[in-house]
Amino acid sequence: MTMNMKRARGPMTTNMKRWKFHAVLGAAMLAFVPTIALAHQETGQTAGFLSGFMHPISGFDHVLAMVAVGLWGAVLGSPAIWVLPVAFPVVMAFGGLMGLLGIPVPGVEIGIAVSAIVLGAMVLAQLRPPLWLAATLVAFFAIFHGHAHGRELPEGTSALLYSLGFVVATGLLHLVGILLGEAHRWVAGRQVVRAAGGGVALAGLFFLWRAIA
Amino acid sequence: MPKLIVALAVVVATPAHAHLVETGFGAFYDGIAHVAVTPSDLLVVVALALLAGQGGTRAARYAVFALPVAWLVGGLIGARWPSVATLPLLTTLSFAIAGALVALNARVRDMGVTVFAIVTGGLHGFVNGATMAPAGVGGLALGGAVSAIFFLTAILSAEVTALPAGWPRIAVRVAGSWIAATGLLMFGWLAQSVS
Repeated sequence: MTMNMKRARGPMTTNMKRWKFHAVLGAAMLAFVPTIALAHQETGQTAGFLSGFMHPISGFDHVLAMVAVGLWGAVLGSPAIWVLPVAFPVVMAFGGLMGLLGIPVPGVEIGIAVSAIVLGAMVLAQLRPPLWLAATLVAFFAIFHGHAHGRELPEGTSALLYSLGFVVATGLLHLVGILLGEAHRWVAGRQVVRAAGGGVALAGLFFLWRAIA
Repeated sequence: MPKLIVALAVVVATPAHAHLVETGFGAFYDGIAHVAVTPSDLLVVVALALLAGQGGTRAARYAVFALPVAWLVGGLIGARWPSVATLPLLTTLSFAIAGALVALNARVRDMGVTVFAIVTGGLHGFVNGATMAPAGVGGLALGGAVSAIFFLTAILSAEVTALPAGWPRIAVRVAGSWIAATGLLMFGWLAQSVS
């Protein structure tokens, strides 16, 4: 029995060790990237990425909704925990594409505020609808966020790097939400996550009031 | 549909400008740096390497050679007959499709990955050659770019092939979705620049 377990664990342990080695190697290689970037001082390109990266972070409504997506994903568990962050950026970009093509989306600011209210409420109530419903809901709200934020390119910056920065920042906000949401595994953590959801919903109400007033 | 794509590609084609980075170490290193600071090239190489890695060892082996060789051939053609355009729609389309396939964890056959790598490599190489030739650094800079692409593809695809199931592979899919999303937004910018 013990031998069998050892035999069964053997390849897994080797795989994990190999993966850890590769992860360290990858991180070491990444360390060289800043050197390359600094050597050429591509200020225009750096500005494009940074302005795209900073854009979602500078809008509090966007930040809250993105973090709430991650929080809800963590509450829903697998596979929603990774389906939502994979799907959201693509649908959000689709919303941005609609904005850039001049396709109007009515009530964008209201939609963003409602997204914070609904997503926050989902986290607060720990609601676990079917995956298709959760994905549809998140995708629906993603269009508003993309439409509002994805098309504000500062003049003189690279559109491609701006877009990349924008998408990466949004994805990282999801990651923050997921990491915070993982606290729900503990009893006390669950209360903190629910409180965070309530906070997001309250902030959403404020944004809604501001959008309507 | 193909006619429409070609028509769109012609419409959004922008003039080719020599935009090679000068590292001070010579044309070969300029070519290496060119890949690092050209986002559309970098994104397509990363996306293809991730896709090849997801496809398994054999797909990765094919891609590691198919992509740089196609890039070199395309580059030589572009340098010999410099085009008037940088074909941003097609280069964006290439990395957006690759990113979407990675995000979907699509089971693309080995031959499919190889053909995709050849087409993509040929296209991006052609644009590289067309922009490098007017700067007078064609061959050696192209060699540098192709070397960088070979090593990047080899390392990334090998890493992805060796990844265990679970979160590491999900991270690869997330990276694919980010690349696809960037491509989608880029289509919007291209459409706006035309109108």
